[in-house]
Amino acid sequence: MSAGIDLENVVCDFGSFRAVDHVNVSIKPGEFFSFLGPSGCGKTTILRMISGFTEPTQGVVRIGGVDVRGQRPNQRPTALIFQNLALFPLMTVAENIAFGLEVRGIDKAKRRARADELLRLVDLPGAADKYPSQLSGGQKQRVAIARALAVEPAVMLLDEPLSALDLKLRQHMRAELRAIQKRTGVTFIYITHDQGEALAMSDRVGVMSQGRIQQVADPREIYNNPVNGFVASFVGENNIFDGTVVNPAGGMASYETPLGTFRARLGELATGKGVKLFVRPEHTAISLTAAVENAVPVTISEVSFEGSFISVHGVAAGGKTLVAEIRNDGAATVPAIGSAAFMSFDPALGAILPDAETDR
Amino acid sequence: MQDLIRRYGAGLTGLMVLLVAFWLLMLVIIPNITLFESSFRPYLPVVEMGGPRDVYSVNNYMKVFDGSVETTILGMTFMVPVHIRTFFLTIWYSVTVTLACFVLAYPIAFYLAKIANPKSVPTLLLLLFVPLWVSEVLRAFAWWIILALKGPLNSLLLSLSLIDKPVRWITDYDAVLIGLVYTYILFMLFPIYNAISSLDTNQIEAAEDLGASRWRIHWRIVLPHSKPGIASGAVMVFMLSAGSLLVPSILGSTTSQWFTQTIQQWMNDALDWNTASAYAFLLLFLCTAFVSLVMWIFRVKLSDIAK
Repeated sequence: MSAGIDLENVVCDFGSFRAVDHVNVSIKPGEFFSFLGPSGCGKTTILRMISGFTEPTQGVVRIGGVDVRGQRPNQRPTALIFQNLALFPLMTVAENIAFGLEVRGIDKAKRRARADELLRLVDLPGAADKYPSQLSGGQKQRVAIARALAVEPAVMLLDEPLSALDLKLRQHMRAELRAIQKRTGVTFIYITHDQGEALAMSDRVGVMSQGRIQQVADPREIYNNPVNGFVASFVGENNIFDGTVVNPAGGMASYETPLGTFRARLGELATGKGVKLFVRPEHTAISLTAAVENAVPVTISEVSFEGSFISVHGVAAGGKTLVAEIRNDGAATVPAIGSAAFMSFDPALGAILPDAETDR
Repeated sequence: MQDLIRRYGAGLTGLMVLLVAFWLLMLVIIPNITLFESSFRPYLPVVEMGGPRDVYSVNNYMKVFDGSVETTILGMTFMVPVHIRTFFLTIWYSVTVTLACFVLAYPIAFYLAKIANPKSVPTLLLLLFVPLWVSEVLRAFAWWIILALKGPLNSLLLSLSLIDKPVRWITDYDAVLIGLVYTYILFMLFPIYNAISSLDTNQIEAAEDLGASRWRIHWRIVLPHSKPGIASGAVMVFMLSAGSLLVPSILGSTTSQWFTQTIQQWMNDALDWNTASAYAFLLLFLCTAFVSLVMWIFRVKLSDIAK
């Protein structure tokens, strides 16, 4: 019992401010889909348009193929989990979970049975008669999920529900949410500004900026093949080079910069001006000779040991700082601070991309 | 106390404490104790005060049982002491005023707290306050004029053809109720407004998202949350209404009598301050008992109201 969502040319204006700008996305039934973007990018507005609290100015919202414009939130087959969870403080956990059943006129014994069943599903048995104020952050989270699942929604909408939790719990709840989604098969639409969360949990991610969708793809594609500089920078770190494209051929190109000419992959949308070269720190290698391709001579300025990896900063000619991350395999050699070295990257792992957001 | 002395110095702190103590002791506690004491003593000519007949008794309190009148309740006729009848009518109509204030104030409070544009709320609150700048006497008289048989309200309703002959508004307790609701509704509105303002709007949206109708949202979410505000508003409106003298005096009719008017008659017309005191304390104690009972029924604690 899950439904797909289609957003067709959806626009939402608040006065003269355009919060959502011609968004086209199709979310498949049973998919875990994340909208990722900085605050104010319009992702919460999209969620509110799907749940029915906000109506689109233009465009169509379909749930399971049905145009839901004009339907109130209490008529839509969606359940929203709020950022602050919005549990009802004057009701017990069981009453909270059964609230959606209570409004549907289901009798008390059945409601209680269903609440107990859902509490087992979210791994919180025995909390039925407590009040929300007696629960920890993670437990409240589970109650909110159970309360939303109780109405058997076709679509679950989650508005940054993990942002209030501490790091350890957040990572635990990520796996938990993913597991619950797989178990129930309900379509999950997840809103977050945390790229780690989006990449770790989702089947597909839609990266947003300024009301527009920048890229929709699976997490691996988003990270490895970002379509533009905004996506590349939002989902990870980069060494960015400024220069001009020469000799584009077969998806590859040379890129002339003050630090030398590099070979790199040419992004599909990288045409004309305003393109830059993006290389991830973990794709940047350190060597003592210039024997490899795409090498830049640097002076090592900073080495920080992060545990699983070692972050090395090097200053190139002209004062530009490059960052390389070396995996800590137990035998990694780290150059001394102040020593000379070369930083290089594989042409297949450097990408020439449009600098900023692109219209799609 | 230490804090106050450090901040304002010993002299100023001492003065403030003395003034508060004077106000409490001389203007509140002693007058009440004096009245309470005199309520147990008979009303005597000055020369007999302190004489052999000046002894404590509950005779003044028992006077409420004097002089019965015929009263019809639900089609059955009883003989009820006139002052007890007045007392129960006062309680009954004060409850009516309280309920009417709640029914009128709740939607306004909800509108102000959750629906109105936050920018316009200060203006709306100011508009609600403006009538309070006019003296209560003038406002009661204004209603007396508005409700008069040939007054503006009847003229308006006649000109709109909503009625075909003038309505006699100032009859029985009708005008008293209108006047009391008007005078005390803000005491109901503001505590409820404060309570609803503190409700997280996400709770309302969460309930709606889970399928609740508008009525259900109010019944299960907004009303329980605003219960302390409703309780404190109801207590204030009820106590102020039952203790009001001005409105029943100005807007009353020949067939309306408020218990405070009875007290005033003992005091001003009979010049019997002893019985008047006894009646005043009866009103105070019985109203307090009634309020406590209602609070117990609705499971409201005193600490909820004080918040």
